[in-house]
Amino acid sequence: MTPTAQPNPGLAAIPSLAANPVLSSWLAFSPGGGVTIFSGKVEYGQGVWTALAQIAAEELDVALGRVSVAPVSTGDSPDEGVTSGSLSIQHSGSALRQACAQARALLLAAAAAKTGTPADALTVDDGQILTAGRPTGLSYWSLAGPGALDREAGDPVPVKPPERWSVAGRSAPRLDLPDKVTGRPRFLHDIVLPSMRYGRVVRPPALVSELISTGEPDLPPGVVVVRDGSFLGIIADTDARALRAARLVAEAARWRITESLPDDRDLKGFLLSAPAEETPVASRRDPDAAATAATARSAEYTRPFLAHASMAPSCAIARWDGESVTVWSHSQGVFALRDALAAGLRLDPARLTVHHAEGAGTYGHNGADDAALDAVLLARAVPGRPVRVQWSREDEMGWAPLGPAMLARLSAGLDADGKIVTWRQDVWSNGFIGRPGRGGGPRLLALAHLAGGEPMPPAPDGAATGAMGSTRNAVPGYRIPDLEVVRHRLLTMPIRTSSLRSLGAFLNVFAIESFMDELAECAGADPVAFRLAHVADPRAARVIEEVAEFSGWAGRPREEGTGYGVGYARYKGLAGYCAAVAEVEALDDVRVRRIWLAVDVGTVINPDGVVNQVEGGAVQSASWATRERVTFDRARITSVSWDSYPVLRFTEVPEVAVRIVAAPGQPETGAGEIAQGPVAAAIGNGLAQAAGVRVRDLPLTREQVIRAIEAS
Amino acid sequence: MEQHELHLTVNGADHTLACDPDTPLLDALRAGLGLAGPRFGCGVGLCGACMVIIDGKARPSCDHPAWAAEGTQVTTVEGLSRDGALHAVQQAFLDEQAAQCGYCTSGMIVTAAALLAANPAPTEHEVREALDGNLCRCGTHGRIVAAVLRAAHQGSGQGAR
Repeated sequence: MTPTAQPNPGLAAIPSLAANPVLSSWLAFSPGGGVTIFSGKVEYGQGVWTALAQIAAEELDVALGRVSVAPVSTGDSPDEGVTSGSLSIQHSGSALRQACAQARALLLAAAAAKTGTPADALTVDDGQILTAGRPTGLSYWSLAGPGALDREAGDPVPVKPPERWSVAGRSAPRLDLPDKVTGRPRFLHDIVLPSMRYGRVVRPPALVSELISTGEPDLPPGVVVVRDGSFLGIIADTDARALRAARLVAEAARWRITESLPDDRDLKGFLLSAPAEETPVASRRDPDAAATAATARSAEYTRPFLAHASMAPSCAIARWDGESVTVWSHSQGVFALRDALAAGLRLDPARLTVHHAEGAGTYGHNGADDAALDAVLLARAVPGRPVRVQWSREDEMGWAPLGPAMLARLSAGLDADGKIVTWRQDVWSNGFIGRPGRGGGPRLLALAHLAGGEPMPPAPDGAATGAMGSTRNAVPGYRIPDLEVVRHRLLTMPIRTSSLRSLGAFLNVFAIESFMDELAECAGADPVAFRLAHVADPRAARVIEEVAEFSGWAGRPREEGTGYGVGYARYKGLAGYCAAVAEVEALDDVRVRRIWLAVDVGTVINPDGVVNQVEGGAVQSASWATRERVTFDRARITSVSWDSYPVLRFTEVPEVAVRIVAAPGQPETGAGEIAQGPVAAAIGNGLAQAAGVRVRDLPLTREQVIRAIEAS
Repeated sequence: MEQHELHLTVNGADHTLACDPDTPLLDALRAGLGLAGPRFGCGVGLCGACMVIIDGKARPSCDHPAWAAEGTQVTTVEGLSRDGALHAVQQAFLDEQAAQCGYCTSGMIVTAAALLAANPAPTEHEVREALDGNLCRCGTHGRIVAAVLRAAHQGSGQGAR
């Protein structure tokens, strides 16, 4: 929808609605008694559509079963930017709630005019309009004629207070799961369009390569080879034939390879030696307090490059019709993708439509957008026919953007009472904000391979002070009088990096919370008590106390080779609170047995949805923290299979228990990313107790423990 | 390439289809028979997204040649529900809300159904062992184990067919 020239200032607190003010761009009463809601936020397994449907059902007073969510498309969905940053409930939820409240008021006014009953004497029961509890014969569906909602939202009207909620605020089953347990087609990967062809891209053998010759592969008839510079792809009539042809083309092609990568066994050396831009993140000075420092400590913590490793390889379909280009993608940001495709291919964005279809779970910026460009490039060669491109597992692991390696160097001073009086934190990282359209340029993989293509510039990292990028949670949420935090953003990008769930918070919280335990030990304090002595925010204290209580922190007997650790953070310093305790075993291997989490995410729409997100975040964080590391040689990523990039399995995952700490009246925050940092920290601290040695370099494997013991 | 005539028995029905001789069973099911339940994840049998039941045993279909499934009974997730009624494992996945993205779900359900058919009352450890070849990246393992145990408690011993 086109934003109005002058957004209604009354809607400033509801940015998605201010940008897309027409009510019919948010909801429609469909014939047959349904309500269709439109959102710019996409579903990728986080359950957002179910929560949005609950919000709409609640505000309209209709049964949840009547509400369905329209697929997101640049053609007719409100543009709400990218589905990222755990912001969907705040942005899309608040807009839908207000749009539904205004639609309800509008239709009640129409009912009042027809019945002669004042609107405030009318009530709604599952969409039927009642007066004094009796049917009026009117309903949303009889009142909402064509065009009834084609008007802009007015100033905000009151919405239902949570204490009157009956649909929102209670666990609701996910709308998408019935299809998923029965195997009904639902994913982009399942779409079969008439006359569709199947494409495969033959990626270069190294991250920096030049195609010298395609050779003369012996291809079956009907296979189309597409070459543009060093971009090489094929199109066939079935996916199996496309895959076979791609192998033949790959064998015949000749490339010039450049060794462009650092040593994957010396990430610290790479991070500290690369040219970097230094930016202040936070600074507060208290020389008097700093002068009371009696003990000083410092330490360095690192994380490796991490892969999204989605269960499904990226996939896209495109059709090039001359005048128009239609794309189906599981991108998290279809509007940004449309604009990036248009910019990269020098097309008018008005010619492009991008439809979203579900893919496998995505945890940030993975290969979805790149696959969309691949599909468009191949579809251009066979106008009028849709071309589906699916990546191989190896390409997914070897070419999708990665979460960057990071180093955090911390130093702190304690006064004679064991209080932290100074803190300095330096963070080295490549940028995290590498999505298409962010920070200039379309940033799509194949553009660099096309004839005349430029290498992708290093990823931006957002404003250093905005809790963006590598500095997310780089400022500890504790009372520290004298503090300085500095970002060192790398200005070269040998390995392409972008956003991965929780961005820099994963390492920053691991580092800060590991260091808090080291400082607590220095001060002779219990880790939980030490944290409580340094938090000012009562909501922070609540989650720490809650997790200590229900994990049985205080009374735990010590077992040989087992340790308990705690970790805490408020996500981004301004969103959801999360405290975790982990039980870690360090006998034959590092094994996380149990994780307890207490979370405060403000007002909750779907409690089971929150628990599911926090459980999943905890398990994924445990996998990152104890198993995962992208490996590479001097030319290419080498961790390209589930064997070389192992993730935690059923026999290895911890048991997870989540408690939601009620926060009545507090605004909603996201829950999908809050667990990543605290869980990694709790595991690190548990391991330090279990193994008797501090491991500061992720992942926390048996080999790293042995290395730390040898170094100590 | 010479087309090969393939005879498959899938979800109790006989099918004849023409395909290339080296076609993996997964391709025959998805592209040949239009079954979306078995999903491509890795192509080498390491993730479990493509699991099907062949003569009672769960195994990946992505690295299993279609010709090798001739003369066997193949069951996909679509074949587990009967007359519109969900299989106990499918129902238990809904009851436990045991998914996030759901891409791995059909493989999980197929593996669990085969387990319960062979072992109607597995221990939690046996459930985890049986599912160890099925990867989940969203971290819903705990819910999935709870769902399989719930289905077992409800006596779904007839499981796979």
